[in-house]
Amino acid sequence: MWDMPGSLQLQCSHCGIAGEQSCLDWMWNYRTGPTRSGHMIHLKVNGLNVSVEKGTTLLEAARFLGFSIPTLCHAEGLSPYGACRICIVEITENSKSRLVTSCTYRATEGLMVRTASSRVINARKMIIELLLASCPQSRKIQDLASAFGVRQQRFRQQQEDCILCGLCVRMCKEQMMAGAIGFRGRGDRRSIGTPYDVRSEACRTCGACMYICPACQLRCTFNEPEKAVCGACANLSPPCLDKTNFEDMMCYMSPCVACEIKES
Amino acid sequence: MKRLNTVEDFKALKEGLFRSGPQSGRVIVIPAGTCCQASGANDLIRTAKRELLNRGLVGKVALRITGCHGFCQMEPNVLIEPEGVFYPKVTMDNMVRIVEAVSQGEILEDLLYMDPRTAEPIQKAKNIPFFARQVRTILRQNEKTDPCRILSYIAEGGYTALSDMLASCKPAEVVEAIRESGLRGRGGAGFPTGRKWQMLALQPNGDGKFLVCNADEGDPGAYMDRAVLEGNPQSIIEGMLIGAFATGATDGIIYVRNEYPLAIKNLGTALRQARALGLLGERIIGTDFSFDIKIVRGAGAYVCGEETALIRSVEGRMAEPRQRPPFPIEKGIEGKPTLISNVETWANIPVILRRGAKQFRAVGTEDSTGTKIFSLVGKIRNTGLVEVPMGMTIAEIIEEIGGGPEDGVPIKAVQTGGPSGGCIPVDRFDLPVSFDGLAKAGSIMGSGGMIVMDETTCMVDVAKYFMNFMKDESCGKCFVCRKGTQRMHEILDDVSKGRASLDQLSLLEDLATVVRDTSLCGLGQLAPNTVLGTLRYFRDEYLTHIEAHKCPAHVCRELNTYRIDPNICVQLGHGCGICSRACPEKAIFGEKNHSHRIDLNLCRKCGICLDLCNFNAVIVE
Repeated sequence: MWDMPGSLQLQCSHCGIAGEQSCLDWMWNYRTGPTRSGHMIHLKVNGLNVSVEKGTTLLEAARFLGFSIPTLCHAEGLSPYGACRICIVEITENSKSRLVTSCTYRATEGLMVRTASSRVINARKMIIELLLASCPQSRKIQDLASAFGVRQQRFRQQQEDCILCGLCVRMCKEQMMAGAIGFRGRGDRRSIGTPYDVRSEACRTCGACMYICPACQLRCTFNEPEKAVCGACANLSPPCLDKTNFEDMMCYMSPCVACEIKES
Repeated sequence: MKRLNTVEDFKALKEGLFRSGPQSGRVIVIPAGTCCQASGANDLIRTAKRELLNRGLVGKVALRITGCHGFCQMEPNVLIEPEGVFYPKVTMDNMVRIVEAVSQGEILEDLLYMDPRTAEPIQKAKNIPFFARQVRTILRQNEKTDPCRILSYIAEGGYTALSDMLASCKPAEVVEAIRESGLRGRGGAGFPTGRKWQMLALQPNGDGKFLVCNADEGDPGAYMDRAVLEGNPQSIIEGMLIGAFATGATDGIIYVRNEYPLAIKNLGTALRQARALGLLGERIIGTDFSFDIKIVRGAGAYVCGEETALIRSVEGRMAEPRQRPPFPIEKGIEGKPTLISNVETWANIPVILRRGAKQFRAVGTEDSTGTKIFSLVGKIRNTGLVEVPMGMTIAEIIEEIGGGPEDGVPIKAVQTGGPSGGCIPVDRFDLPVSFDGLAKAGSIMGSGGMIVMDETTCMVDVAKYFMNFMKDESCGKCFVCRKGTQRMHEILDDVSKGRASLDQLSLLEDLATVVRDTSLCGLGQLAPNTVLGTLRYFRDEYLTHIEAHKCPAHVCRELNTYRIDPNICVQLGHGCGICSRACPEKAIFGEKNHSHRIDLNLCRKCGICLDLCNFNAVIVE
């Protein structure tokens, strides 16, 4: 997504502010496109001075420096959404600190960012606990829980297969140019689906929504091809069900419900 | 109506109105806002019209239909001008008598408002304690103006501020006047309006700028904005016109919720009349200044009151908030700079220009100037809209204007700021009502809801009610707000049913803090306020629910046990048996003239017996 300059720039090309010459305090600069041009912004991430181009998000800045921030609803190439709140960081502005999602928050001048303060970690653990309480079967959420040492969840266990991160909606709209699925309802009645729950004309059954989904393992509805958002196994021609070689199949589920049935 | 083409035309129109009125005769004022209509104001209007026609009083006694005056407890009420005689709770029969009395210049003593403390009748509205302690800058206009007649607003000094400004002021001077007045946004956040205007004025005016009036009032128990919208829509239009002139805005939008049909109707009439007079649209009263306003009806979600969600809703998309910055003042509707202010803020603008910033500042406190309308509801004697200067203490509002508790049950707390606000217990009622004053007690002033609670209110139940509201109204975009409110409601439900443990209480507290810290928009960040506030001041009630499995206010039904006092049942009720016949579980046994008893094993704790017993023989423990 970005090009590393050949040599590290130790001075902001625009305003000329230089960074300290220690091995940790270094400044960097990258170009990612026509929208990100102009003034450089200086901020501090976990005590390190960095200067980034205007428009850079805190997540990009922190990841470039090597600080890992977990994400669920973020994917490169899709617009940032800020739904899962996992990627929160603590920012300090005018001696007031608050938590914001690093995927949506753009760097501003003089910002102090902490990616792993105790406030961040505690809040993140609580969010993971909430996620585990709703979608315990997701591999990605289980991995997150294990990485942050969340060993229990204290809420009433639910079995849901969607965390409404919106990756599939954005994938369908922004990368596949289809816009076949979308959100509907609000609060506890919010869900994702096609209009009126019938197969959308706009859906090409590309399966990108299932490919990108971090949580749901159960969206494959090959038994009801009229409802399916993927349906590759039955709808493609020739349908996956008729193929013999696994590599030829257009299926992103692992294990694919259809393939398993077929193999047995 | 003839279109006004110059500022002089407007002045001539105004002077003409002053010459022809005020009428020498008396005026019967009947408020007919939504609340008044619900209590029967339409019948009064019909009766009054018929009587005036039958008695040949047309031209001698005038009739004015206005918006709500604020004393909703006493509606439908009638005000007789110019004396200011106030008749509360008027029936259709009494309306006939009132018309007759007015025509003869008499006052009907038996229909007057009785002071519940002194038991003396009070003739004039201004002497009634409810009105006497208020400073009614905005609500006073509701009494004087007919919302469907623009001339009535102009006769009361309306649009003077606009025409004077267009004749002599520069935009920067207007912004400076608003800055000097110290007006802060009335929608809840309290951002200085003058600063906001200045920020919008500094935005590049390439493709246009938007002004938005946020009339999406969704707090349960709050209806200040509705009263202003219905009673005086012209003041909002004038405020927005002044704002547009000062900031260079090109388009105005009034975002009003669809649940306010009368407000939408009156606003539409007001816009049409203002356009016909040349006070709105292209080349306003002949100057180079052009500005138009359109109404956008909200589809009914609480989150639409949040400004970034409102913008998306105006654009026709799903109302979901987004990350700020960029603030709407930089990137709002269609990416253009947008200024969003509350109804009451806009209504205050003409007042500031008419009276001068200094005089506006004279009311209120140093950091919160002017007056604020509160809707005073709940367990209080005088329900209604009260407009008080900032800095008045909660005790004054509740005791002196509100008239204290309803049935003599002591008041224990007041919830300010609706579901986003917090509870303030009775021992902190000395706090002044201002933006910063209430924040000290962990609550917010919010848009102005004030729900009074007494000892028969269970605070766990209150927190559960508001959390249920939030759970439904969260847009669901951000996970923490959506699941957090659901889980908090789940725990509060457990507490209210006696199923919770102390561990769950600390989990609730942790979760509330995380939801407050990590939610995307104001709705989620403020959603845990009620939980945190009740936990701060009424933790003992939570503990009683959890440890003793009792609800002190007997509101949480699952924790109540019912029994029948045998003495009362036999001596007063003679074992009437109404309870046993009504019990859905057939859990009450007994015969006529003998005491009844409840089989607790069968009892489902529905409370029907308690409601039905005429002799108060059913006792809750």
